[in-house]
Order: sequence, then C-alpha cells, then structure tokens
Amino acid sequence: MLVNEFLEDSADAFPNKTALVCSGKKLSFLEIEHLANRLSNALIDLGVIKQDRIVILLEASVETVVSIFGILKTGGIFLVINPQVKANKIKYILNDCQAKALITDANHFKDLSAVTSECPTLETAIIVGYDQTEEKMHKMEMPIIHSYSEILDKYSIDRPQKRCIDIDLACLIYTSGSSGIPKGVMCTHQNVVSAASSIIEYLENTPEDIILDVLPLSFDYGLYQVLMSFKFGGTVVLEKSFLYPYTIIDLLIKEKVTGFPIVPTIVAILLSLKDLERFDFSSLRYITNTAQALPPRYITKLQQIFPGAKVYSMYGLTECKRATYLPPEELDKRPTSVGKAMPNTEVYLIDKNGKEITKAGEVGELLVRGANVMKGYWNLPEETERAYKPGPIPGEKVLYTGDLFKMDEEGFLYFISRMDDMIKTGGEKVSPKEIENVLYQIDDVNEAAVIGVNDDILGQAVKAFVVLKKKSELTQEDIIKYSSRHLENYMVPRYIEIRDKLPKSSHGKIAKKELK
Amino acid sequence: MGKRNKNSESDIKKVLIDFINESFLPSSGLDSFEDSDSFMDKGIVDSTGVLELLEFIEDSFDIKVEDEEVIPDNLDSLNKLTSFIKGKCINAGK
Repeated sequence: MLVNEFLEDSADAFPNKTALVCSGKKLSFLEIEHLANRLSNALIDLGVIKQDRIVILLEASVETVVSIFGILKTGGIFLVINPQVKANKIKYILNDCQAKALITDANHFKDLSAVTSECPTLETAIIVGYDQTEEKMHKMEMPIIHSYSEILDKYSIDRPQKRCIDIDLACLIYTSGSSGIPKGVMCTHQNVVSAASSIIEYLENTPEDIILDVLPLSFDYGLYQVLMSFKFGGTVVLEKSFLYPYTIIDLLIKEKVTGFPIVPTIVAILLSLKDLERFDFSSLRYITNTAQALPPRYITKLQQIFPGAKVYSMYGLTECKRATYLPPEELDKRPTSVGKAMPNTEVYLIDKNGKEITKAGEVGELLVRGANVMKGYWNLPEETERAYKPGPIPGEKVLYTGDLFKMDEEGFLYFISRMDDMIKTGGEKVSPKEIENVLYQIDDVNEAAVIGVNDDILGQAVKAFVVLKKKSELTQEDIIKYSSRHLENYMVPRYIEIRDKLPKSSHGKIAKKELK
Repeated sequence: MGKRNKNSESDIKKVLIDFINESFLPSSGLDSFEDSDSFMDKGIVDSTGVLELLEFIEDSFDIKVEDEEVIPDNLDSLNKLTSFIKGKCINAGK
C-alpha cells in the first residue's frame, strides 16, 4: 500500500464524508482528492519526477494537506517545515535534501527571498496567496514562481497513474540531532503504512472518530494524525497552534472531538484555566500523550476533566515513529510506564555488552524491530550506521534508540533517560527523569527539568530548574527538603533555579540543551 | 509595574512593544516585528508566552481577561492586542 492510497481509498469509500475541518472550512474526501490530483498533475507537468523532494512551508492548513497528498501522488517525497523556522535553517534543509520545489505562502516566501538564490536545486515555487503586484517576486530568476490557485484551476481532477512502489520514500522528517544540525529521517511508504496501521489498531480508530490536531505537521506526531485519519476514514480538525486554550476547548466541544493527541505542555496550559469541569467533553473517547512523559499528577487531573476519555501513554522517536504504548486500563496500576511494544513491532533491552536483558529492574538501551523502523538519515551514512545496526535476520536493521529503559516483572517498560543525558555524580549514575518525577509531586511545581552541571569534586552535580505556580511562595530550601525525603542523597539536587519559564522546542518539549 | 489609568492607543502600544522586545524577541531570533505580524506565525510568542502576556496586560492595564477572550483575534498581533486592551479599558471606564 502507498500513503497516497489513504486518501484515494477513503475518497472511493466515503466520497462525501467530511475529511478535514480547518479555519472554518469543511472538506470531503472527494474534494481533497480532486484538489490533490490537480496539484499532482500540475507538479508532474512542471517536471517533477519520481522521488524528487518537495518542501511544504505552510501553517497547518487545507493547502498543507492537499500538498502532502498531491506530492505523494507524483511519486515525490514531501517534507513539512514548521514556518516558524528561520530562513537560514530553511536554506540548510532545502539544500540538504536538494529540494526541487517549494510550496509556501506569500508572506513566508518574502521572508525567504534573501536565501532562495543560494538554493541551486530549487526550480519551482508554488505560492499560496500569490500577489501579482509584488515586484520583488517578478524580478526573481530562480525559482520560477507559480500561483497555487491558478495552477489548481488549470489542471485536471483525474487521478494520476501510480508512480512508485512501497519501498520508495514517502517523506523526510527533519529532527534536531544532538550535534544541533537537523537530520532528515527517511520514511518509506511501507514504514508509514506500517506505523499508521499499528497505531490505528491499538487506538481502535473507526470512521466515526474525529481527531483534533493542534500539533505542528512538521512533527511526526502532528503529521500522523492527518495521515491516520485519512487511512481510517475519520475526520481531522486542524488548528495551527495550541497556544490559545479556549480555542482548543471550543473546538473539542463544537466538533464533538473523539480523539485528542497532546504533549505535556498542552496539559499545563489547559490546567491553568479555571472551572474546566463546567464544559461538556463527553464525546472525547481518548487522549494520547508522547514526546515527554506526563507527570502522574497531570494524569489524575486529566481524568477529572475528561472523565470519559481513556489516556494512552506512548513512546517513540521519529526514527521509528512509535514503539510502545500503555493500554489505558494499566494506567492506574503503573502511571509512569510507557507500556509494551505496539502491534507488529518488537522491542527489547540490551546491556552494555549487547546482551539482551530479561531481568526486571535492570537498565539497558531500548532496541526496536519492525517494518516501522525507518530507512536512516538522508545523506548521513555514518549517523545512520550508529542508530540503525544489523539485527537478528541477515540484512535486517534494528533501531538503537539511545534511550535507557527498565522493565517491571510483567515486562512493562519505564523510561529512564536519554543515554546522553544520564548524570554521573560522585560515581553514581542518576536518571534526571527520576528526580523530575519527585519534583512534579510537589503541588506548586508546574514544570521541572534536571540536568548535570560540571563539578570539580563530583564530576557532575545535579541541577534542577523549576517553574512554580503563579504566586507560589515555595523556596529553594523547601524543594531541597522535599527532594531529600524522597530521593537518595546523591540524587538530591545540589542547585535549584526557579524560573518564570523553561526554553521549549517548537513541539512544546523542554529544550534541556539550552539549560546550564 | 505601575497602574495606568489614561490609556491612549499609542501609550498602550509603547508599553506592549517594550514588554515584547524584552521578554519575547530575544528568544524568537528576530530583530524586530511589524504591528500586524502574527505572534504565533512569526514564533514571537511560544507555548507559555500567551500566559505570560496575559499576566502582563492584566497587571499593567488593570483589566481582567476572561478565559473566553483568550483567542488569537484578541491577542495575536500588536494591533489586535492594542485594540483589545483599548476596548477593555473603555468598558471598564479607564
């Protein structure tokens, strides 16, 4: 199966069913199919060949969804870049993937005009909201500019012929590497189909589901909400940001949303609102969380606000999309676990010598096997070799996640730390996560992040950054006192810094690398 | 932060520009912004920024922003924010 068939099959099966709700517009599967076919026919006519890379630089919008499927139908590889990314990094990505075409809007194109001349492979730009009177655009020699709406009007709604097979690449998803240089994860059609099918299976999605997607589509978690919903014939409600909690609440209720994927930052924002209990969220069937674990205190509050919703704690990384999930019925029993392998995926832990760990409590690196394990990093053979290593079957590649976990007696997994983030203090290995869990138990602590800082005597010393509730009078001493009652001595933070906020990635994840 | 009672549009704007320049601009990687720029699209306000912004305008202009008013139409650019605050001040007789 190919990823574009998610749309094509649903357009055949449920042509008039609402597929997408976005900025007050509702579009059926057939409407999107026709728009995507038009775009695809246009791109083919403009010279796009199989496996060309085409960059989408747009806010979450109808045009983004149409572009994703339109590009796939040409046999091309799509990349979604968050429009908040700055021009220099966009230039880096355009050149790294040797993009042939760019689909963006007039505003973002203007911001990019200084760098597009330094992107030699970029032949075509398709501009949403193209302004004919904009002189600067006319003067440009390369890329050749086309208006999105004009080309859509001009080309046919006929579905183009299939141009690739399922081992071809469907998309590149750029993630920030530890070196700070973005790496493009290569995802084949088969990888995406496999990951989407497994997730749909455990979430028990049906065409009746309505998903609210407030996450950026440059982020695999946000992107897959769209892809999966098209696969199972559901409805996806796109909102370009989670910054405005009331907008989210309004959509949850008005659109009778059944599935709400979140990250912990969204919960922190929602919980800052008063009287959430007064709203009727009875249509909500499930909430999913990934990217960063939900503090158990948040889980309890979520269950109070959304009493009818199952909460799924999940774990994965772009390199395999998703690896594990915790069945919601296990949540009360093991709130800090991310569960077991998802369907059609195998996970296991290995020790320092590469031997499989079978004993409960022992810490090791998590490995992932499955058709969801991506093909590696674009143009980075060495980095690819470090993460994707030979597996049990000749020729097979297994993903080395670089994340440390332990299992309990029944095989449920618990995240310990990124291997790079483990703190070594006074000869002891300390998991920042374990300390953060304790800090999150303090009622006044809204956010916590723990790192190791250089220390002459200890090697590294534990430092905690905390964001407190508004008007909290909690002091550093109070936090240290609480920590020392709940943690071994060597784990108690040496330093506590109380901050108004913590640096975040564009996905809402705490950016620990920026903390010192 | 002192309370301001006579708020002309340009006064409001100036207070907001100072705050945004100091609190948000450094981490956004931008040198400046236009009055009509969307804070969201330009990456000026991050995920916790909206709450910070609210706290600031409630304190500085002595107004109360209801949950229901926390929407992009009221807050997502310097122009929108200025007219929202202006409207709140007029309603409150300030």
